[in-house]
Amino acid sequence: MDATIQILILAIPLFMFLFLGLLGKYLSHKLAGILGTTAMGIVTALAYYTAYLYFFSGDPHFQDGTQRLQYIVFNPVWLEFYGNLHINIGFLLDPISAMMLVVITTISFMVNLYSNAYMRDHHGVFEKGFQRYYAFLALFSFSMLGLVVATNIFQMYIFWELVGASSYLLIGFYYTSPAAVSASKKAFIVTRFADLGFLIGILVLSYYTGVFSFMDFTSAPVEGLADTFKISTDTAAAVLVNKFTASPVPMFMGCSVLTWALVLIFMGGMGKSAMLPLHIWLPDAMEGPTPVSALIHAATMVVAGVYLVARLFPLYLQETAALEIVTVVGALTAFYAAMVACAQVDIKRVLAFSTISQIAFMMVSLGVCRPEYHHGVGYMASMFHLFTHAMFKALLFLGAGALIHAVHSNNYTAMHGLRKYMPVTHWTFLIGCLAIAGIIPFSGFFSKDEILTACGEYSTLVYIWMSAVAALTAFYMFRLYFLIFWWKEHKVHDPHHAPHDQPWCMTLPLIFLALVSCVAGFIPFGDFVTFNGEEHTFDLDWTVAGISLTVALISIAVAAKMYMKENPLPDKMAAALPRLWDWCYHRFYWDELYMFITHRIIFGLVCKPIAWFDRHIIDGTMDAFAAITNKASCAIKGLQSGNVQTYVWVYLIGALLLGTVTYICLL
Amino acid sequence: MDYSQFLAMKQEISLLVVFLLVFFYDTILPKKAQNGIAGFTTLIFGLFTAQSIAYMFCPCSAQDTTAFAGMYVTGPVIMAIKNILNIGVLIVLIQSIKWANGEFMIVRRGEFYELLLVTLFGMYLMISGRHFLIFLIGLESASLPLAAMVAFDKKRYESHEAAVKYLLTAVFSSAIFMMGLSFVYGLAGSLYFTDINLMIFGENSALAVVALAFVIAGIGFKLSLVPFHLWTADVYQGAPTPVTSYLSVISKGATAFAFLVVLIQAFGMFYEEVWQWMLYALIIVTITVGNLFAIRQKNLKRFLAFSSISQAGYIMLGVIAFNATGIASLMYYVLVYIFSNLAAFGVIGAVENATGKVDMDDYNGLSNTNPRLALCMMLAMFSLAGIPPFAGFFSKFFIFAAALQQGSIAIYILVLIALINTIVSLYYYLLVVKAMYIKTEEPCQIPAFRSACSERLGLWISVAGILILGVGAVFYNYLLDLTTSMGLFGSIM
Repeated sequence: MDATIQILILAIPLFMFLFLGLLGKYLSHKLAGILGTTAMGIVTALAYYTAYLYFFSGDPHFQDGTQRLQYIVFNPVWLEFYGNLHINIGFLLDPISAMMLVVITTISFMVNLYSNAYMRDHHGVFEKGFQRYYAFLALFSFSMLGLVVATNIFQMYIFWELVGASSYLLIGFYYTSPAAVSASKKAFIVTRFADLGFLIGILVLSYYTGVFSFMDFTSAPVEGLADTFKISTDTAAAVLVNKFTASPVPMFMGCSVLTWALVLIFMGGMGKSAMLPLHIWLPDAMEGPTPVSALIHAATMVVAGVYLVARLFPLYLQETAALEIVTVVGALTAFYAAMVACAQVDIKRVLAFSTISQIAFMMVSLGVCRPEYHHGVGYMASMFHLFTHAMFKALLFLGAGALIHAVHSNNYTAMHGLRKYMPVTHWTFLIGCLAIAGIIPFSGFFSKDEILTACGEYSTLVYIWMSAVAALTAFYMFRLYFLIFWWKEHKVHDPHHAPHDQPWCMTLPLIFLALVSCVAGFIPFGDFVTFNGEEHTFDLDWTVAGISLTVALISIAVAAKMYMKENPLPDKMAAALPRLWDWCYHRFYWDELYMFITHRIIFGLVCKPIAWFDRHIIDGTMDAFAAITNKASCAIKGLQSGNVQTYVWVYLIGALLLGTVTYICLL
Repeated sequence: MDYSQFLAMKQEISLLVVFLLVFFYDTILPKKAQNGIAGFTTLIFGLFTAQSIAYMFCPCSAQDTTAFAGMYVTGPVIMAIKNILNIGVLIVLIQSIKWANGEFMIVRRGEFYELLLVTLFGMYLMISGRHFLIFLIGLESASLPLAAMVAFDKKRYESHEAAVKYLLTAVFSSAIFMMGLSFVYGLAGSLYFTDINLMIFGENSALAVVALAFVIAGIGFKLSLVPFHLWTADVYQGAPTPVTSYLSVISKGATAFAFLVVLIQAFGMFYEEVWQWMLYALIIVTITVGNLFAIRQKNLKRFLAFSSISQAGYIMLGVIAFNATGIASLMYYVLVYIFSNLAAFGVIGAVENATGKVDMDDYNGLSNTNPRLALCMMLAMFSLAGIPPFAGFFSKFFIFAAALQQGSIAIYILVLIALINTIVSLYYYLLVVKAMYIKTEEPCQIPAFRSACSERLGLWISVAGILILGVGAVFYNYLLDLTTSMGLFGSIM
């Protein structure tokens, strides 16, 4: 197969980044925007074509009967170490990477288009740094695409860091605002800290298995691999034995090395996907421009953690202990974030916590997936939810962007009753809310239902817990919806400045994404993505669906009762449970806890002594050396007298001394 | 006598042709044409350099040839070092065009170039000579004309003072050197390097040791090794800037290679223990004293004088390594040093020609008024200090690596001391950068000016050298291939 298209998918965004980054300031703002958007449009078309080829062409490279295969488009060696240890940079096509190509390019194209209008003020004047903004968007698209098509874990790590860097650049886009600067630093430091775990995990894994390539993890049938790891080495297939383990399996602190590696790698995923307790950066990351939040902090980058676990799923299946950790972390995060989302005022913060909660759903779904439960429905459900969530959450964020652009505030207190002024935004936002709440026939209903089915298969406790989170989700989303569009009439002082719908390049992405959210649920996802590549048709479990639908409707009704018309009920509720309200409003004081740990404990107890040592002992030693050098330099100043007689004298003495001393030494 | 032997000296003959062309231009053409002599010489010398480099890649030059009963030797390695010097001389010539066209030079322009070419001829003989008589002629003709060149700035008192100091110390040093040679002759009965090598084998008499010490002192004078260095600072400061740059890179580079040849060929195989220990002591003293003095200098030319003293110490590490890698890394070091130092001198010369200022304090805030010159100077300082992506780092790295190959504990200590001194040198090189880029509170003493085309061309070449040699180790590999393919020291025998 010709690799030109796949090379272009990566090369075009990279080129646009370099081009706009280096030469952007010589272009007009408008041209830069058009160029960036067009390039992304081309990449989108190419990615669609690639996905189409992969899923529908029936090419024997991609498909063997009902089994979808992994196919490496190109994979040249990038760094050669010794033996067979080398790092490649390549392009891997398999169900999840093909799906991610579609998701990333779609959202990225929509955001590029949307930003053309968003990054201007009301008079159509472009924001400062508009070209830089498009360059960063291109860099992000390049990094994210490189991440999903990585053929080995090291390439993934490289692009993983690149998306982190571009996220840092985009959060801090308004670098004159201190809040944006500190948010970007926070995001970078927290995710970087998590990536430390990822890196150690990679090192452990590659040290013990000697492989980086995903193909080696997953090319063999998963069950066979799992067997290989559990049974003694002599019966296992020779290849797998060599690669995976020596007998006995090395242990560290009671867990096998593989568990450690997978848990450490998952730590990287926790950082990127904002799982508890590394979630603190995501709400602050909302300081970036709203389209960036839609692209990076809702639809694509933050699901990289989920993608990572999905990518290494064959390995996780071998160590279910690690999967249980994934489940627990996901379940706690989902509930926590949903609670917090109920009490936020800033609409982007609500959406941010909602994102955390929804990603946690995907994590739980992966965590509860076992091949024996219903053909591994969890894996499929997780990817399905990733897909639908990307669409409707991007829709919600872009809708929020339109609202913010219209009223110049992030808080719902400045909005209220906007439905008459901004009909398009209103209807699309409503569709987004219905989708995330899980109302039939919108996309969220189907994917969430599969997740709940998977949870139910795994354990009743998890099922009930996640259903409660789903109820909360419906509640806080409709609380947000009613507070923005209903509650009370919007006061307009000057009819000329009434909030209104935005220009076409902002409404078009909203309408498109809303349409996708309406129909995406009917995609038979099991035909495309399953944990082992086998096509399998999953039927909707109507008992689960009925329960979750009822729960969601009740939650929406409660939200409507509380927030549809202005009434004192919410205040009363808050007053009735002051402690709970405070904790939710302050996000359970996580930030304060981190401040305490870093400032008091780490800075105070660890860093201060180290700093003292550095200042006094290390610097002191160095200063002493410098002082001695300086003194010596002063002391021999007189040698250079300017007298030729002295020069000749020193010369002669030097020559004679050289001879005599050497002669004496030789004796 | 077989006169065809002269044909072996191809580079020398070509250089002689260049010299004669310049000489006839100077003497025959009318006075009006004198303005063109600087450009003419540069052009002719450029052609000569190109021809000489091209000839190096000709298969007919791949063999070592000797002439005059083994007194003269040439071969690929020797051609390579001569070409490295040619490149340096070319840059010096380009940089000096503006200076040479200045008013005060009106009568003696041609002489400057003739003297310069004669000294270069002397250096060629030093490099190729395998008999101390040839070597001595080369050394003297590379030394004495320099005194005249140093004195060229007739209206400046310092220039005369420098010339006199140079002349007196050079004469004294020659006397010591010749005394050493007479001892050697007394011991060996011959002045052929190879004969000396065989005759004084196992000779640990006081006479032999003193003879060796005197020879080292005589050559060490030209290299400005401590304690034979005292003339350096005064002469560098007093001489016109093009002469200083010529002295600091070309004269030093040629002598360094000749020194290597003398030590290995004449005192090599059987006597290496002795001269290695002598050199060991000299290197430590040279690097350290050079650095310690450099810290205190305010005048940039004087500052670079001490910097070049300590750089000479580093170059000597390639000699003490006593292996093929050492020779290659020494040649590479000289090449990189030519580019780095000439970039620094190019900036100093341009500023001096435009404003007459050479003090470090005058350079405060140069980055505001002349950002490009400041950038060149910064790159030069980074390269001299040995900061990574630039050429200076690699030349230091290779020369340290070559020395370490010798493998004795003493050499490890030596390299360690050299490394520590690198840190000291970093301090004073960065002082210049600090002055240019950080001390910007007061307005710069040097106004913005546009330097001459020739000066800019010279700087471009030097900076390109610093950057390209930093990126590509190809040149080093090429030199290493040359030195190793000939067998150990075969090429310079």
